[in-house]
Amino acid sequence: MNRAGERLINGIVKENPTFVLMLGMCPTLAVTTSAMNGLGMGLTTTAVLAMSNLFISLLRRIIPDRVRIPAFIVIIASFVTAVQLLLEGYLPELNKSLGVYIPLIVVNCIILGRAESFAYSNPPIPSLFDGIGMGLGFTASLTCIGAVREILGAGELFGYGLMPDSFVPIRIFGQAPGAFFVLAALAALQNFIKEKRRNAGRSYQKIGSGCSEDCTNCSDMGCARRFYGEKRNGTQDGGRDTGTGGLEYVNLEEEE
Amino acid sequence: MENVKDLLVLLVASSLVSNVVLSRFLGLCPFLGVSKKTNTAAGMGVAVIFVITLASAVAGLLYKYVLQRFHVEYLETIVFILVIAALVQFVEMFLRKVMPALYKALGVYLPLITTNCAVLGVALTNVQKEYGIAAGIVNGFATALGFTIAIIILAGIREKLEHNDIPKPFQGMPTVLLTAGLMAIAFCGFSGLL
Repeated sequence: MNRAGERLINGIVKENPTFVLMLGMCPTLAVTTSAMNGLGMGLTTTAVLAMSNLFISLLRRIIPDRVRIPAFIVIIASFVTAVQLLLEGYLPELNKSLGVYIPLIVVNCIILGRAESFAYSNPPIPSLFDGIGMGLGFTASLTCIGAVREILGAGELFGYGLMPDSFVPIRIFGQAPGAFFVLAALAALQNFIKEKRRNAGRSYQKIGSGCSEDCTNCSDMGCARRFYGEKRNGTQDGGRDTGTGGLEYVNLEEEE
Repeated sequence: MENVKDLLVLLVASSLVSNVVLSRFLGLCPFLGVSKKTNTAAGMGVAVIFVITLASAVAGLLYKYVLQRFHVEYLETIVFILVIAALVQFVEMFLRKVMPALYKALGVYLPLITTNCAVLGVALTNVQKEYGIAAGIVNGFATALGFTIAIIILAGIREKLEHNDIPKPFQGMPTVLLTAGLMAIAFCGFSGLL
């Protein structure tokens, strides 16, 4: 049970997928126009992540190593479809405002990344809690980003007026360009913290694998690498001399 | 939806007005990752045009003649993602055998495209907006064209920015994101077109 709690904390704080690892940026930018949307998207992703982690972990001895990625995708896509149908039935408004980004949860790096790096090599209960932890971490960050954009862009939070009347909403933060600006500020903050930690001689390598470092990460080391990499645990081979990035935390997991 | 004028409007709308990266945030990873040099950006753009156009044709046909016929529309997500992954692999093998020159130019980019959410996004948008097959293909092509325009512009700006004096925390990705944000503002101007 301790293990489960540790996975929860790990996902929410230590390896927060958005703020620390910078994974899954496409939905992060697209749906965070308001705190409510961010919360909805985050919880939807959490449900998919938890269920797919659980099932991949249960099936990990049955799925052959060579076809594991297509198998993961089928499992993830099935849960996404189920969740989408549930949303259509019970929360039609949220479904409408999130639109095409709900089915696009299938290609979210976080889910496939957790399947590959944790669920496929760990027992079901820790995997379930790893999924929930990562999902809640994602939810928390999406809600925060959404809240910032909603406050700046409309002067509201969850639809309630928050700012004094003299506040003039900066509409651009609710629109597409605002998302880039907020993320730019976030990435700069991350660089700043990384620099501080480096100077203080503390570990900084886990921070910022997805988009902040050298952004070929997403494609080189992230998803595409997972699709086409021949060796599952062969993270020490060429092209990885920088010592940062998505596969770093794969290593950390396996050393436990 | 199927006459020429509507298709032209769709072409402009999908490529400029609601640009795939700058207003819909699909395909951000290659947009930020492969935009250091104009040449590679153009290569990536062409590969994306090729794959998305092909994928939207295949997905459109499949949806109309298989999924709708057997009333299993809800399987669209599963079917599309598997078909796209298989299609990209197949295109890669086909190009390697038949057109080695083109494979040399596009080959490195193809594997990166499988996981590009723009491809799946276009296929799903075509279905959601109930485009016919021709309109779907035009939408796919236009979306990919919009991606190519955006990535080449960004690569050009990044080449110019390379030797500028930027505060340390803002070096690298933050600057690129700010640039993308400014480009997004510029692209907002196109919304007056239609």
